[in-house]
Amino acid sequence: MNSARSRHGLHLLTPQEVQADFPILSRTINGRRLAYLDSGASTQRPQSVIDAVDHYETQLHANVHRGVHTLSQLATDAYEGARDRVRRFINAASTREIVFVRGTTEAINLVANSWGRGGLGSGGPAPGHLGPDDEIIVSALEHHANLVPWQMAAAATGAKLRVIPIDDHGQIRFEAFQALLNDRTRLVAITHVSNALGTIVPVQRVIAAAHHVGVPVLVDGAQAVAHTQVDVQALDCDFYCFSGHKLYAPTGIGVLYGREKLLEAMPPWQGGGDMIRTVSYERSTWNDLPHKFEAGTPNISGAIGLAAAMDYLEGLGIGHVAAHEHQLLAEATAALMRIPGIHIHGTAPDKAGILSFTLKGVHPHDLGTVLDHEGVAIRAGHHCAMPLMDLLGLPATARASFGCYNSMLDVEQLEAAVRKAVEVFR
Amino acid sequence: MELNELYREVILDHNRHPRNFGRLDPHDAEAKGHNPLCGDQLTLTLRRDGERIADLRFEGNGCAISMASASMMTEAVKGKPRAEVAALFQRIHALLTQAGASSADLGKLAALSGVREFPVRVKCASLCWHTLNAALAQSDSPAAPVSTE
Repeated sequence: MNSARSRHGLHLLTPQEVQADFPILSRTINGRRLAYLDSGASTQRPQSVIDAVDHYETQLHANVHRGVHTLSQLATDAYEGARDRVRRFINAASTREIVFVRGTTEAINLVANSWGRGGLGSGGPAPGHLGPDDEIIVSALEHHANLVPWQMAAAATGAKLRVIPIDDHGQIRFEAFQALLNDRTRLVAITHVSNALGTIVPVQRVIAAAHHVGVPVLVDGAQAVAHTQVDVQALDCDFYCFSGHKLYAPTGIGVLYGREKLLEAMPPWQGGGDMIRTVSYERSTWNDLPHKFEAGTPNISGAIGLAAAMDYLEGLGIGHVAAHEHQLLAEATAALMRIPGIHIHGTAPDKAGILSFTLKGVHPHDLGTVLDHEGVAIRAGHHCAMPLMDLLGLPATARASFGCYNSMLDVEQLEAAVRKAVEVFR
Repeated sequence: MELNELYREVILDHNRHPRNFGRLDPHDAEAKGHNPLCGDQLTLTLRRDGERIADLRFEGNGCAISMASASMMTEAVKGKPRAEVAALFQRIHALLTQAGASSADLGKLAALSGVREFPVRVKCASLCWHTLNAALAQSDSPAAPVSTE
């Protein structure tokens, strides 16, 4: 937090110091140094996050928004303080726009259900925004979390999905996107960064084009928020979704940012405690934002951990983290391309720290097993983006993804491990 | 646990040069197997001669373990009566999941014993056997007498 800020100040990251903040990185895997290159799947936690959660559990815990006793007030203050921390992190105008959810998946499901399908408002039925022959635009890059909820909403309402195609480098074809926008389009739901290829999508242009014809935009920021500065007001997006565990925070916590005007008009998705104002046996009225969307006891410790992770990341400086990861990506790309038989998937000039690759004659899962044996943790598989893999004609790829704690040592270990796989399968 | 325990020479060989690879036409049954975790996919076609598997082939793509296991399986079960195939599957299943399971008399299939040390890969090795079971079950149904009860 403050110590991170003063240690790292305005200088670029010092990998050894950053690594030392993450206890898990000092353990070994199969007797070898751990090269953790799977931050795209989940990042590790720094000690400050572990400490913040520990402090809450040992000093502050009680249920929130309920008790008159001291602990309940302390827990409520910490939880709502975390909400304000999130607001500042993504520069939202109000904490009323910050809804805590389990993760990106739940955030998107909330919008697909409440905004898309409608429900019960305080004054009676609140119809959804999707109906027969309405269209939702997604891109070919989407992972399952930003695809399946829309398929379900479409099946329930008669709406249709339209898919923005990508070019050979893994970039969305912008003209094709513009051609898809029409008077049946109700929403654009698009990823900020492709989890499988690393492509950074020009969401600002997408949003401007969609808004030009009055269409709101949901941005899936799962792979972006820990790697680039996100300012929801500058982006002018309508919804922005992300997970804590890809941002150095615990699992089970995530955020739905929604423009206040939109959230205000949306019915609750789940019913229960905390989301109501008054309840009788016949009917209920709904609580104010954002509590209307937080039924039941929330993940209090997760929210507190997320706030600590944001402190940590801002202490390092997101700009520094982005520059550092970009450099590692360039070095790793060059290192792998020196190995005969390597093919890099996703060659957009604008990429986040994600490197998808295959090795000729070696299945990605075998590659993953050999790399693991060498202490290198990567993802091998379809990256929860099966349609994209089909489009690329691949059953799977191996994916190395970078975080603030990675260094050239990890890149070198990756290269050596891939060479080992070449040798095993020669 | 060493890599060469998993990727034994015989497994690497069957992965590089899978036996009985392709489609059998005509066939009595065709079954598809899919391991969603790894994306391993295989299609198995077989011809029966009464209770015996007269011939079989497989095609698809997947990791070395799934490809080699399927290749070795086709060699092991071709021409065998079903009861023997079922018994063999049980032995393989034990070999893949139980410490100390005997690999005596299993021939090449004994090479799969190293998979046990890599639990996430067990499904890769057993996929072909489940697919074979599905194909055998399927080949039963058209011939099965229609019950009137």
